[in-house]
Amino acid sequence: MNENQQSLWQFMAEQSDKLFNQALQHLGLTFISLFFAVLVGVPLGILIARKRKLSGSVLAFAGVLQTIPSIALLGFMIPLLGIGAKPAIVALLIYALLPIIRNTYTGIVGIDANVREAAKAMGMSAKQILFKVELPLAMPVILAGIRTATVINVGVATLASYIAAGGLGEFIFGGISLNNTNMILAGAIPAAVLAILLDALLALLQNLNIKKLKRELIILPIVILTLSGFYLLPKAYGSSLTAGFTPEFMGRQDGDLGLKSVYGLKIHTIVISDAVMYKAAFEKELDVISGYSTDGRLKAFDLIILEDDKGIFPPYYAAPIVRTSSLKKFPELEKTLNLLEGKINDSIMTDLNYKTDQLHQSPERVAKEFLISQNLYKSPLNAKGKTVRIGSKIFGEQYILAEMYKMLIQGNTNYQVATKTGLGGTKICFDALVNDQIDFYPEYTGTGLLVLLKPNADFAKKIAHDKDKTYDYVKDEFIKKFGIKWLTPIGFNNSYALMMRRKQSKELGVYSITDLKQYLDNNNNNK
Amino acid sequence: MISVNGISKSFGGNEAVKKISFEVLPGESLILLGTSGCGKTTTLKMINRLIAPDSGQININGKNIAGEKPEILRRSIGYVLQNNGLFPHYTVAENIAIVPKLLGWDNKKTILRTQEILEKLHLSEQYLSMFPNALSGGQQQRVGLARALVTDPSILLMDEPFGALDNVTRTSIRKEFKALEELKRKTMVMVTHDIHEAFELADRICLMDRGKIIQIGTPKELLFKPVNKFAKDFLAGEKLSLAFKAVSLEDLWDFLPTTDTQTPNAIPSTESMWDTMEKLQTQTSVEVKNKSGSYKNIDFDKLTAAFSLYQKGNRHE
Repeated sequence: MNENQQSLWQFMAEQSDKLFNQALQHLGLTFISLFFAVLVGVPLGILIARKRKLSGSVLAFAGVLQTIPSIALLGFMIPLLGIGAKPAIVALLIYALLPIIRNTYTGIVGIDANVREAAKAMGMSAKQILFKVELPLAMPVILAGIRTATVINVGVATLASYIAAGGLGEFIFGGISLNNTNMILAGAIPAAVLAILLDALLALLQNLNIKKLKRELIILPIVILTLSGFYLLPKAYGSSLTAGFTPEFMGRQDGDLGLKSVYGLKIHTIVISDAVMYKAAFEKELDVISGYSTDGRLKAFDLIILEDDKGIFPPYYAAPIVRTSSLKKFPELEKTLNLLEGKINDSIMTDLNYKTDQLHQSPERVAKEFLISQNLYKSPLNAKGKTVRIGSKIFGEQYILAEMYKMLIQGNTNYQVATKTGLGGTKICFDALVNDQIDFYPEYTGTGLLVLLKPNADFAKKIAHDKDKTYDYVKDEFIKKFGIKWLTPIGFNNSYALMMRRKQSKELGVYSITDLKQYLDNNNNNK
Repeated sequence: MISVNGISKSFGGNEAVKKISFEVLPGESLILLGTSGCGKTTTLKMINRLIAPDSGQININGKNIAGEKPEILRRSIGYVLQNNGLFPHYTVAENIAIVPKLLGWDNKKTILRTQEILEKLHLSEQYLSMFPNALSGGQQQRVGLARALVTDPSILLMDEPFGALDNVTRTSIRKEFKALEELKRKTMVMVTHDIHEAFELADRICLMDRGKIIQIGTPKELLFKPVNKFAKDFLAGEKLSLAFKAVSLEDLWDFLPTTDTQTPNAIPSTESMWDTMEKLQTQTSVEVKNKSGSYKNIDFDKLTAAFSLYQKGNRHE
């Protein structure tokens, strides 16, 4: 525990620059949206306090907006506003709207009718009544609404990192993908502190006596605007191209860290979720993205992979890994599974993924058509032998492979097949295998090395970039440690890769990461 | 002078005020009296255009008020509400200074006038920096009155100004109010449902029922010459005590026995019989002086005997 805490502080200290930037972005994002929400919400609240007939429908509409799940709302925004700051600000504004409209309305409607009548009877104009009587008297209630909206916004703003708007969510979601508790806490704790701090500050303002409030009310918009300004600051630097990397990629040695240290790549980078990254690249919001080399969207959006000429991305060759006890139990299994050996290269796998991910064909159909084209397909023998249990992880490529293995086993042996597909992540799948819940599943050499074996960093660095060394090492170690055998690789390499639009790559003459670095250096210097 | 000519007002098909007309002379105080929902408050609020009449016309000093800008009109008319309507976020001083500010007075003038009006209303200057909710109900109502009087408007409208106060406070404030020199010159229209209040403060009373005027006249006329059963029944239960309030020593002068005494601290004959009886609780006799300068010494027996003769005379008329 103690050790853990210490390393959290160490992490935060190491990343203090980034943390500070993210916190500023977070504050800026919160306040810029709050500013617009006040600009829209307060007049709307005043309007419905004047025309009470409208109040029901306006409040109901704002209430419906409020119930849209945050991620879904951010998703809706992408087709309309793209990625980055704009959609995030609009989404946050929508969340902040309801408490502000409702409290403005309630605050004004709740004013003593005698006071309003007195103001009118003394000869105040409608404008004077609004600014000298109604708004000052409703102010504590309106401020309570702004306070609620602020706290909501600090929370929802963490999600902004999904659509490349920055903020503390970068650490939180990066930490979740990397299973790095310190990273999660380094984002979550400051976010919580921000929420508590802002809430307390606004509470202070709210409880000031009405008299003093007059002055504070002039200061408040200035403070909000200043804080909003923070969001714009980090935008001041830039490069001619923009990269969008996943939170996971940002934190990995075989990711952004390696790009910086090995290639010396200096590119304006935003953090974005894998779900929208490819589309954003296609729509020219991003120029360079981090993807998986066999992802179907590569084909769908006509992207190409930049050559990793210095080899920072370790190979991830796929091969079935099988329990040695299962190999004894099913003597024909190894021979059958190896039928796929060398049959699927990167571009074939990309194509197969494209068919499931983009054309929405079933993995079963894609697997069958492929096997038929390779003359490997045989009708099932419908034998009544022992049952082989196949596992797979929870993404398209693994489903396709599992289907192929199923068909090969059914067509070539007298075993029955049970599939247990969609086993969460690497850890769940591997634990199922070790604990004899499944007999085999397709795994990747890089994952076997870096995630499952975790040798010391120096050693890993030495062998990680050599395809054969990595395979030999994991094969030996898995037999020794787990009694699990790596069969021969299927052929494709699903590793990290940097991608660009094909057209842009041609225009700029950038085909490898080194090309990219040179292009950036030339163009950034010319600025 | 205020003249109201045939004004009507309906709220959602319900006729609150039906074609009523009356006049208020300069310096006169007219009291709109009636039960809840009789249209008296609606009538009052049409005078400063808080409510717009559906038909009819109201003139102030010969000018149709519909032709004036409502804000400008309202700034020239004092207005006192039942629940004072003080701004809770303004100090007493700021509350009083609202209309002067709207009229563009300079600070010095406002401060001087505020001090003057506070003194007249027996309000301490220490209240000036306080917020209304720190004051008692009676003090708040005084501040409300000060706010309406600070610019010395010639017309004052009051909507149940003492309605929210407890009985003791109400009686004492009413008394102060009646004695206030500031008010003697003003044209006043006041709404109340309290018969005694009406009889104490009115020059004339306008008795209303269901949006119509039943009778307009002096308290004595209402009391002794009711126009119909409603007017008669309205006052029936309180007739004797109202008579004591409506009848002054001047009315009784001829029925009081002549005496030769002459003292400097005599009370004026305009005093009501009610007030005189109150004085006679603590002393056996009082000196009265009438307009023409003659004096009479009266005690309780002489007073009641004169009243009895006066009533007989009224009945014979």
